[in-house]
Amino acid sequence: MIAVVGYGMGNVQSVVNALDHIGAPNAVTEDPRALSKADRILLPGVGAFRRAMERLEKTGFAAALRAGAAAGTPILGICLGMQLLATTGTEFGETPGLGLVPGRVERIPAGEAWRLPHMGWNDLDLRRDDPLLAGLDGQGDTACYFVHSYHLVPDDEGAISATCDYGTPVTATISAGSVYGAQFHPEKSQAVGLAILANFAAL
Amino acid sequence: MLKIRVIPVLFLMNGLIVRSEGFAKFQIIGNPIDELERYSHWLADELVYVDITREGGHDIRREDHRVKSAGDDILAILRQIARSCFMPLTFGGRINSLEQVDAFIRNGADKVLINTAAHRNPALVTEVAETHGSQAMVAGIDVKRIDGAPVVHIDQGRTAVADGLADYARRLESLGAGEILVNSIDRDGAAEGYDLAALRIVAEAVSIPVVACGGVGGFGDFCEAVDEAGASAVAAGNVFHFTEHSYKRAKRTMRNRGLAVRYPYPS
Repeated sequence: MIAVVGYGMGNVQSVVNALDHIGAPNAVTEDPRALSKADRILLPGVGAFRRAMERLEKTGFAAALRAGAAAGTPILGICLGMQLLATTGTEFGETPGLGLVPGRVERIPAGEAWRLPHMGWNDLDLRRDDPLLAGLDGQGDTACYFVHSYHLVPDDEGAISATCDYGTPVTATISAGSVYGAQFHPEKSQAVGLAILANFAAL
Repeated sequence: MLKIRVIPVLFLMNGLIVRSEGFAKFQIIGNPIDELERYSHWLADELVYVDITREGGHDIRREDHRVKSAGDDILAILRQIARSCFMPLTFGGRINSLEQVDAFIRNGADKVLINTAAHRNPALVTEVAETHGSQAMVAGIDVKRIDGAPVVHIDQGRTAVADGLADYARRLESLGAGEILVNSIDRDGAAEGYDLAALRIVAEAVSIPVVACGGVGGFGDFCEAVDEAGASAVAAGNVFHFTEHSYKRAKRTMRNRGLAVRYPYPS
């Protein structure tokens, strides 16, 4: 059972629809205690870092996610959910994150010619083997749907498993132990995205 | 590399998909759920549904009893679409309040398209951006030429707005819009190409992505919107409904002209 963290940040229904479609048992939960019983945790989210962290702290999900990571439960953060895994967010001032992946969330250093948000389909450039990305290498089209202005810059560059190019390399996926993140929306990235969700469900 | 998005736009009226011409003439072409299946099968980059039902106006269902309407409950239609829509989905039309936006997002929309209400109630744009993120807030601008000059219109083309096009676009950006969709009332359904000059004014005025809409007749029009007007994405309705294999052919034309498009098809 994948526990989908329901903390009021974004379109959770899309994630549920995609998990249902691939036949991965899941349940949206608003109760942080449910995370200790889940065998996988999915943290979705769109919106602002600070507001999301406030909600995670206030609801008790932040502590439950840290406990889940310590117990080795696979966690997948999507979009803002991935950024929240970092130590620090920098939008509207510095905000402590969940601290599950040492690093900072920085504005994409795109030049003048590059509009922000970075919005649309962009190719994944695979940096190393990663179970989340199994089967994508050499599959031709690997474009996924991104929409964001900030990205996670991990202290250990080795945590990055894929990037995409937006005038500068943008962090697309990360993994550190049992903690995974996807900056794009796999639930909105058709076959490639559904394959990534299936990989997570099979970890 | 980021791809130029090619976005089919579906106009909903009384639960049916219609073809629109000049924002005034409408023709039934299908059912919203069947159309979703078609575009999913085509691996479209993104979909936009716009509800143009006219409150208290003519009910287009009276004109054709062969195509089944999906009904009047727009949220029920959205839920059904979202269940098998694994691409970004924008819903718009007739939105006046944050409560409506919340309901659309909760029922599976990723973004909302707001047009008239962005002028009448600018605070709504900011509220949507603050609540759901600016990426979820697509501002629509309908442009109509008056004495040759592009003039912003609201109320489905019935009311002209005094502000200049560039200022209007800049204000939407500063209010929190994450994207602007520019539609041309004169070109709607005309198949004469986009209003490139109007598009260029908006694309130069703002730094958020601009989506071109209204008037596509041939696939070359998509390329012009990008190359000549600076659009980040191109949208169209009719050309996808009425031209065989049109979506893939549009992508192929763009690719052959050197534009970066997503092409998940066997060559």
